[in-house]
Amino acid sequence: MLSSASREYRMSFELLLQYLFSGITSGSIYAIVAIGFNIIYNTTGIINFAQGEFVMLGGMTAVSLSAVMPLPAAIACAVVITSLVGALVEIACIRWLRQPSVLRMIMITIGVSILLREAALHIWDEKVRALPYFTGNECSSISILGAHMSPQVLWVLGVCGAMVIFLSIFFRHTLTGRSMRACSSNRMAAVLCGINAKNMVTISFMLSAAIGALAGCVISPLTQTQYEIGTPLAIKGFTVAILGGLGNTTAAVAAGLLLGIIEALSISVVPVAYKDVIAIGILLVILFFKPAGLFGNKETGRLSEF
Amino acid sequence: MKRLIPLCVLAVFVTAVQVAVTAAGQSFYLTQLTMAAYYTIVVIGLCMLMGYAGQISLGHAGFFAIGGYVSAALVTADFSAFARSGIGHAFVKAGFLALGKDAYGSAVALLNPCLACAAAILAAVAVAFLIGVPVLRLHGHYLAMATLGFGSIIYKIVLGTKVFGGADGLTGVPPFVLVPGLSVSGAMAERVPNYYVAWFLVCAAALFMHNLVDSRAGRALRAIHGNEEAASAMGVDTARYKLGLFVLSAVFAAVAGVFLTHYNGGIGPSEASIMKSIRYVAIVAVGGMANLWGAVAASVVLNFLSLRGYFGSYDEAVFGAILVLVMLFAPNGILIKADVWAKLGKRIHH
Amino acid sequence: MTRRMWALCCAAMILSTWTLSSASEAKDAKTAPAPAPAAAPAKPADPIKIGALFAVTGPAANLGSPEAKTAQMLVDEINAKGGVKGHKLVLVIKDTQSKPENAVSFAKQLIEEEKVFAIIGPSTTGETMQIKALCEENKTLLISCAAAEAIVNPLAKYVFKTPQKDSDAARKIFMVLNKLKIDKIAVTSSNTGFGKAGKEQLEKIAPDYKITIVANEVYEKDATDLTGVLTKIKAANPGAVVNWSIEPAQAILAKNMKQLGLKIPLFQSHGFGNIKYVQAAGEAAEGIIFPAGRLLVVDVLAKDNPQKALLEKYKTDYESKYKEDVSTFGGHAYDAISILAKAIETAGADKEKVREAIEGLKGFVGTAGIFNFSPTDHNGLDINAFEMLTVKGGKFAVYGN
Repeated sequence: MLSSASREYRMSFELLLQYLFSGITSGSIYAIVAIGFNIIYNTTGIINFAQGEFVMLGGMTAVSLSAVMPLPAAIACAVVITSLVGALVEIACIRWLRQPSVLRMIMITIGVSILLREAALHIWDEKVRALPYFTGNECSSISILGAHMSPQVLWVLGVCGAMVIFLSIFFRHTLTGRSMRACSSNRMAAVLCGINAKNMVTISFMLSAAIGALAGCVISPLTQTQYEIGTPLAIKGFTVAILGGLGNTTAAVAAGLLLGIIEALSISVVPVAYKDVIAIGILLVILFFKPAGLFGNKETGRLSEF
Repeated sequence: MKRLIPLCVLAVFVTAVQVAVTAAGQSFYLTQLTMAAYYTIVVIGLCMLMGYAGQISLGHAGFFAIGGYVSAALVTADFSAFARSGIGHAFVKAGFLALGKDAYGSAVALLNPCLACAAAILAAVAVAFLIGVPVLRLHGHYLAMATLGFGSIIYKIVLGTKVFGGADGLTGVPPFVLVPGLSVSGAMAERVPNYYVAWFLVCAAALFMHNLVDSRAGRALRAIHGNEEAASAMGVDTARYKLGLFVLSAVFAAVAGVFLTHYNGGIGPSEASIMKSIRYVAIVAVGGMANLWGAVAASVVLNFLSLRGYFGSYDEAVFGAILVLVMLFAPNGILIKADVWAKLGKRIHH
Repeated sequence: MTRRMWALCCAAMILSTWTLSSASEAKDAKTAPAPAPAAAPAKPADPIKIGALFAVTGPAANLGSPEAKTAQMLVDEINAKGGVKGHKLVLVIKDTQSKPENAVSFAKQLIEEEKVFAIIGPSTTGETMQIKALCEENKTLLISCAAAEAIVNPLAKYVFKTPQKDSDAARKIFMVLNKLKIDKIAVTSSNTGFGKAGKEQLEKIAPDYKITIVANEVYEKDATDLTGVLTKIKAANPGAVVNWSIEPAQAILAKNMKQLGLKIPLFQSHGFGNIKYVQAAGEAAEGIIFPAGRLLVVDVLAKDNPQKALLEKYKTDYESKYKEDVSTFGGHAYDAISILAKAIETAGADKEKVREAIEGLKGFVGTAGIFNFSPTDHNGLDINAFEMLTVKGGKFAVYGN
């Protein structure tokens, strides 16, 4: 009697842990996509709706390149190529506009995202691709207390952490990074101090495209890559970025994991078909009642807290 | 009366096109022109919301889908169990429920499309109201994100719900009899009357909006677009006006959804997709944000070309390119290059 | 103000008149020489126009793209050989992007303007159902490449379909489950027309084989991670998982099952019939069992198999022309065109006679199986069209061999 009860308890604990792990798996994907949004937002106040396409481009390019070069080199090249695409987008569509309205920027970045997606469809094709797992293969799994997850999830989390640390060092301790922060808090003052604000915006686009591309490579073994993958990832990315509080990278990672876990737990009670309805419903509630995000207050909502 | 001139031109033009294509024996063009007309009604509502109240909506396909799906679900459902009940009997007597037989020969009770249409519009009003109250308090990116979120929730619900047919959508929607002898349906014999029904609705919607612009509410809305805080300080109840226009544009979208669903004989989830919402926004952008007639022209031309498949596999890319180019080089729309706002501003002071 | 509006209206007028006139000119040039084949039996030299609605781009591109390529290839091949009874075939392909409203608009165009002899496609069930009534009313042959049985049941006089029946696929799976003595299964499917149709058949037929569905989940077609769904399934403790989808997500499902340590058999639908998914799932694909047409295992088919020669030809032709792996979906378009060509060859260029000729086709060898049509069966395939396959060493193999 007792033993069966304890077995049942262990079973449900194991299940709970498994839900937690699966939440972390999808949460890590959301988090790594969300980081890219914040960089451009912080320097320019723009939400780049084409961020998901940078993620897709990174993955697609890396898969194509990995046929001719070793994996690390392919990823590095993909990151560089995507950051050049980011620079191109900024120079062609943003740089020369004089004080564009928010509405205009939203529409331009949406248009760019459609163009990048369609370009990918016609450059590659509609087929699905994936990079090999960085360690182990499709079947490898790590088991902790009876619950399992793919080692690739650790890679995603590791790269997430590395990005947060890199960005924090970059924005606090390098001249370029500090100049970018200056532009974000007061553009006019920054220009008066001799900072080339336009170049800073270009750099922020390159940086976020590069980070998006790296994210695309790291998650590719888990999510697989296809020309259409950008938009759904981007929608989850915005959700997470806003949930954490726009502009706050660490909070975005935390919010990503949180959303993943909430989704996983929601699956245990409602049909999976409504998983996204719950995620976006949470976003709407946050927007209505606490637009600065879960981890921000009104003042820091707009300030660059890296 | 001068204000009505463009409307008269539109009416004359619509008639001229019909006469011309029928005379040329090419009346099949009317099919796509009718479909384009229904999408134009959505665009008119959105144009007012974006141009006059300055509120972006990336979820208007959601309202179109609410209209189309609610009416389609109601007119294709079988109410025969309900028809046997007491109230049901009264419904049948009142003509709300029609008893008949389906394709397999079993008895069904079908709801009158008029009632379904009313229910669809009510649903759209209710949803627009519930969403509008909190959403319209937001600005900029938050507003864009919230409406985008609303649109994708509707899309996911449509895809995930059995009543709405999931990925297959709903089919077998019967004609919508407006008056005896005139019904909204895709039958080839009724192509010309349907063309006029659609364009009558477009003219009515445009006229309504046109009058609204020149009313007290219209002036208030323009003031909101110019500077919401200033308008508010001047005693304009900004929230009420914005909400009113939001609900109105949702009703326009829902009506378009109801009629197009009857015309096509069905509706699929692609009508609720984010890309569809973005397409409406792109069309408004081409026509010019506060330019009703420009938006109507842009909508007819672009939707017509798209529905005829001229863009082939580059359909989405064409809309993406249009959106980027227009927003880069002519943010006030390609049909007016002059600074509309300066002129509109002058009118407000008069 | 008024002047500007005038200018605007004029601009709109000019624009649309221009579009209309240029369009109608193009139209005139195209249709003028070809009289409607329906009105009068065409002269031997008259080309026959076939409309095709495929989702070449958009969410169902993985179906529509190989279908469009295959249809074009086969029509070119038939024309190179001199056409059908001297009639050249003209293929008009329209990309519906898997949007039903496009399917309706394009189908009306094909019927009224192009006056096509028949329509091949659409690729998805949703689109086919939207135009089923339209084709029936206008007496235009429709040979659909979509799977759901609702297309031919209830029967429409002018509507046919070439893919195998979902119910037969489900039966095949249940037979193997019975043999393996598994009576509790979990069903997962994607939120597309394909997934939905399969799910309905599984639910309907499971009791016939005394199988209980203990978990039944529908996931997003663009899902990036399915460990959550699988955890829920793990909790229900089924003996096997049956997944029904055509999207890349089915490879993710296979991988996630291994990663979660869920060591029960995985059954897929015939939607798995694309070697790309095996490659995407890598080692996790090993041992997956699924029903499919014989196209995928043509290399190991017995020499005397009636389909072998045709399948080998299609595979070589397609792969050498498009430099990509052949999939069963393109095969549905191949069957649709060859059935139509065969019927025209027997009955001539008369729609009504061709319709009857298709209903009279018996023992017709196609890529999906041997077709035996009848006035009450507009699909013509039976359960023997399916072979149970499995994945061995990264390749498809016949299950049980």
